Amino acid sequence: MGHAPVETIWHWLDAVPDPEIPVISLVDLGIIRDVAWNGDTLEVTVTPTYSGCPATRVINEDIETALRANGIDRLKLKRQLSPAWTTDWLSDKGAAALEQYGIAPPQPAGTPARCPHCGGRGLEKISQFGSTPCKALWRCRDCLEPFDYFKCI
Amino acid sequence: MADAFFQFLLRMGDNTLVLGHRVSEWCGHAPVLEEDIALANTALDLIGQTQLWLGLAGAVEGKGRSADDLAFLRDAWDFRNLLLAELPNGDFGQTLMRQFLFDAWQTVMLGRLMASSDKRVAEIAEKASKEAAYHVERSGGTVIGLGDGTQESHARMQAALDYLWPYVGEMFEGDAVDAAMVKAGIAPDPADLRAEYDALTGRVLGEATLTIPDGKYAHKGGRTGYMHTEHLGHLLTSMQWLQRAYPGATW
Repeated sequence: MGHAPVETIWHWLDAVPDPEIPVISLVDLGIIRDVAWNGDTLEVTVTPTYSGCPATRVINEDIETALRANGIDRLKLKRQLSPAWTTDWLSDKGAAALEQYGIAPPQPAGTPARCPHCGGRGLEKISQFGSTPCKALWRCRDCLEPFDYFKCI
Repeated sequence: MADAFFQFLLRMGDNTLVLGHRVSEWCGHAPVLEEDIALANTALDLIGQTQLWLGLAGAVEGKGRSADDLAFLRDAWDFRNLLLAELPNGDFGQTLMRQFLFDAWQTVMLGRLMASSDKRVAEIAEKASKEAAYHVERSGGTVIGLGDGTQESHARMQAALDYLWPYVGEMFEGDAVDAAMVKAGIAPDPADLRAEYDALTGRVLGEATLTIPDGKYAHKGGRTGYMHTEHLGHLLTSMQWLQRAYPGATW
């Protein structure tokens, strides 16, 4: 039996949700850097979002579980630090899904573009950090609701 | 050279480990929920960086020690962190002042390490520098907000700066380990970071309407391991409690 093509494997990985923000996939998040066959072994290169992110271990387990469920039994996960993860690698599909979910997607300007609840533009920062390492806490002055903002790094 | 490289990596990793643990002591105790979350996240980044630095230290040493072994199975005299990192939290202002004085140094240092001749060091520095840039933005902003705040907050921040500033000098003291690192192109001479550090801290502390104390005296002995403060041992009894009580326990 031949190897599954890498395009198919990317497709499988795109079905693995981020453990902390399940509306986006690991591929959307931009942390899967490479998928390649090395002989009979599939090598998946993963980069961490934040060096202390507690989800990193769960992410590796989820990748392994998903690929094994698809019949990949020889698997190696490689950690890559450089180039360091950036929110520029978040997919457009992922950014749209975040906003739909109530998390303002990262913006090049470094601050959220609009309230993910009401679209309001009068925004204020509550805290530079939020419920996970990748988020900050903001509030909309129009609808008065707080919301998470996916930090831009 | 190998031992100097190991020592250098311990210095990097012990700074983030000890400061990360200190900051984590705030978890559940900060003045407001948002600050509690911010402090816990800062601690998390620092512990994450520790895993990278001490993991590499163990690999360079070549005796099979993991990052966990180095963190939990050494005693105070084997730690190589700056004394600044082990000082008690004090009040919220003192914690944020300590954080700012460290973050400022870390951003300058990591910027230089990104050009290290050792690819592994350069990669960790590239990763950690993004987090450090975010930290200094917050700690610097908070120092300005509190320093240029009320009479009470200003007085507390000035007191914090007066207490902590004599611990800054240690960051720029070089020794044989540093000389070996410079020679190998792995890390910069600590003294070379001073001008950039003074420019950054001078700008922020000036905006915070705080006065940098006169006097050149520097407490030192942490990064060489010659003499830590009494505070480190107390910190370790808490941080290493599980491994001390149940040696070899695993999750």
